[in-house]
Amino acid sequence: MSNSTSISPAPRHELLQLFATFLKIGAFTFGGGWAMISIIEREIVDKHAWIRREEFLDLLALVQSLPGILAVNIAVAVGDRIRGGKGSIAASLGTILPSFLIILAIAIFLTPEVIKNNRIISAIFMGIRPAVVALIIAPVLSSAKAAHLTLKTLWIPAIVALMISINAGFISSPILYIVLGAAGGLLYFKWSSRRISKEKGGKA
Amino acid sequence: MIYLRLIWAYLKIGIFGFGGGYAMLSLVEHSVVDPGWITETTFTDIVAISQMTPGPIGINSATYIGYVAPGQVAPDTFSGPLWGLLGSIICTLAVVIPSYLLVLYSSHFIRRHSESGVIKAIFSGLRPVVVGLIASAAILLMNEANFNPNHIAAELYTNIGICAASFLLVYFPLLLPGGRKVKLHPIIVIIFAGMTGLLLYGF
Repeated sequence: MSNSTSISPAPRHELLQLFATFLKIGAFTFGGGWAMISIIEREIVDKHAWIRREEFLDLLALVQSLPGILAVNIAVAVGDRIRGGKGSIAASLGTILPSFLIILAIAIFLTPEVIKNNRIISAIFMGIRPAVVALIIAPVLSSAKAAHLTLKTLWIPAIVALMISINAGFISSPILYIVLGAAGGLLYFKWSSRRISKEKGGKA
Repeated sequence: MIYLRLIWAYLKIGIFGFGGGYAMLSLVEHSVVDPGWITETTFTDIVAISQMTPGPIGINSATYIGYVAPGQVAPDTFSGPLWGLLGSIICTLAVVIPSYLLVLYSSHFIRRHSESGVIKAIFSGLRPVVVGLIASAAILLMNEANFNPNHIAAELYTNIGICAASFLLVYFPLLLPGGRKVKLHPIIVIIFAGMTGLLLYGF
């Protein structure tokens, strides 16, 4: 299992474990895909050690730049990385199933107003919502560590976070910063490899 | 036929819904309210329910609208729970399948070229950006709806307290007697926070 770069045929119990893990993740994801990150990190990176933190960060970068539902996209990418195509189906079904069943139950047996005006449920969620914010702050710090941020590179996430959270149309679009980040990485790579070849040329 | 129109609507949402969650909301709203499948009020209710149930709002809306739309549009032909169930399965799959294929394809592409300098360079540029994206998601959620929906100062301070306590519990390991360290599972923290909310605001 430590060899995460090669996909071996998936043993059934491991697929089941993957499904069960994402079922748990799906059942406790309140507030969208970003709130999943804490739970996924704990389950996939810390507990099962299915992938490394850096690898998880790269997958996040990838799926965030694609359309669709973030939570499902994360599940597909992680499931596929761990156990291939079958893994991606197990993980995405696990993520979808809890909310599918709950909403179906509400649609069949209740009307939306009953839930919306239920005092007990409202009170529980008054408590859960601030906690969800905390669950998104925590991976900011762990991902900053995994990305090996230094004082020299800290300005990048700071500016990205600032620009997106001022919510000002095009300049606040996450896609823009993903494109800029990719381009920046490429330029830096070109620039540093040219410098290296120049240094080599100077010595020769 | 309503089922084909539902599939088409949700395929489009799956393909053009960038930014996830609430960024997709206006797209979903146009696609399902404009054809008259549900009313504006019901849509607002679905959004409210999505905030009170687990799971992505994209899935929640697909499941709910897939269930009610067939009966709404053609009550004589498609009313009843089985037609509803069919609708909710179809819509949920339709909203997921485009990005499922896209994620799988691009993830394989990147894996095949994972040793290339170019791909490595791109991801080294992306990693700091992702940290910023997660931070922005946290900042955007630090709003009135999450911390002070009733405009009461005492509730605001309590909720900031819940947020701070949850952060400490989930980020720093607890020191048990005997020197053992454990990190609380985020799910446990959510359950604690829900119980706290129930005790503080439920009675």
